[in-house]
Amino acid sequence: KYQVQISEARKMSILEYNGAAIIAMGGKDCVGIACDTRLGAQAQTVSCDFRKVFKMNDRTFVGLAGLATDVLTMNNLLKFRQNLYELREERQLTPKVFSNLLSNLLYEKRFGPYFIEPVVAGLDENNKPFLSGMDLIGAPVYTDDFVVSGTATANMYGMCETLYKKDMEPEELFETLSQALLASVDRDALSGWGAVVHIVTKDGVISRELKGRRD
Amino acid sequence: MDTVFGVEFDGGVILASDQTNARSILTYQTNLDKITELSSHSAMGISGPNADLVNFSEYISKNLALYELSNDGLKLSPHAQANFCRGELATALRKGPYQVNIMLGGYDTVKGEASLYWMDYLAALAKVNYGAQGYASSFCLSIMDRDWKEGLTCDEAVGIVEKCIKELQVRFLIAQPNFIIKVVDKDGVRTLKFGADPADN
Repeated sequence: KYQVQISEARKMSILEYNGAAIIAMGGKDCVGIACDTRLGAQAQTVSCDFRKVFKMNDRTFVGLAGLATDVLTMNNLLKFRQNLYELREERQLTPKVFSNLLSNLLYEKRFGPYFIEPVVAGLDENNKPFLSGMDLIGAPVYTDDFVVSGTATANMYGMCETLYKKDMEPEELFETLSQALLASVDRDALSGWGAVVHIVTKDGVISRELKGRRD
Repeated sequence: MDTVFGVEFDGGVILASDQTNARSILTYQTNLDKITELSSHSAMGISGPNADLVNFSEYISKNLALYELSNDGLKLSPHAQANFCRGELATALRKGPYQVNIMLGGYDTVKGEASLYWMDYLAALAKVNYGAQGYASSFCLSIMDRDWKEGLTCDEAVGIVEKCIKELQVRFLIAQPNFIIKVVDKDGVRTLKFGADPADN
């Protein structure tokens, strides 16, 4: 397991160094993805506005949890590859293709990976929700209910399993996603300090910032 | 061991760092300037081994100068400079990392606004209102959390910086007698005060 020890602090997994919490959830012809906004260096909080969910296009969002440097690097890399795709194909990336691209990019670095565990959320050609989660070497899981990633996954799985219902409308999806995320990060020291929720429908994206506990 | 921190105010950024150059039990010098001017309106306070500090800061500042020369005087904004730095650190990370932690402050002459960036040796980048690198963060962040507010004047920001320096000199185990304070605003980068003149031999 990748371990890091910086000065006298205790040994910690490198995926937990900066802290993150991401949930993506499917609804009726809509999908939601939410993240916390904390950036830390182990126990210390550095920034409260470090977003981990990035919009690729109107129908595809990606959430990147893990080491912040690789979150930023991968965001740049994905933007680059998306631009190349759109130049060559003259069409936009669909979530399924984007997820596959991301999976390949991660596996290319199989023996020296990017320390991120991404989540892809979007609407496919029929406006049906698409969700996928991945580990740091690109092993994907495709599901229709929810995917979580970050330092509070145990908390988030519990919250999502309890609060999730099939075919939620966008407003209800927003409430469910927000409550699931907020309750999860409140029990995790390394994530929280603010949150952002995006709800994606065929008519557009609504993004809201949540006010939560800042401790 | 190095102390580097910065505070943003309305129209500029204050950067401060200690002036000690030491390794193990030996102090090489006490008048080192750890805040490098990157361009006319930006500067970078760097902490880390002197080799990486000098190497990285010169590499970045020379490349920024090259960009200006190659692109007919076009200046890179502080946001662009910070992201350029981050890119270089990120590329070097898995080859031969620079062990430098940085506070980068700049004034965007086009937009007319100041910005301060926190960047660690892993190339994580965050735009902040104030920040500190190293052990100093344990002492200074609480002071800045309490005293910083939107729309500070330059003097108020310097006041916060001096409070932080006093705190370090009282409570921090490593004695850091000299600090250098620089300001970056619409008039460029200039030194406000120093404990020991970096130009002295």
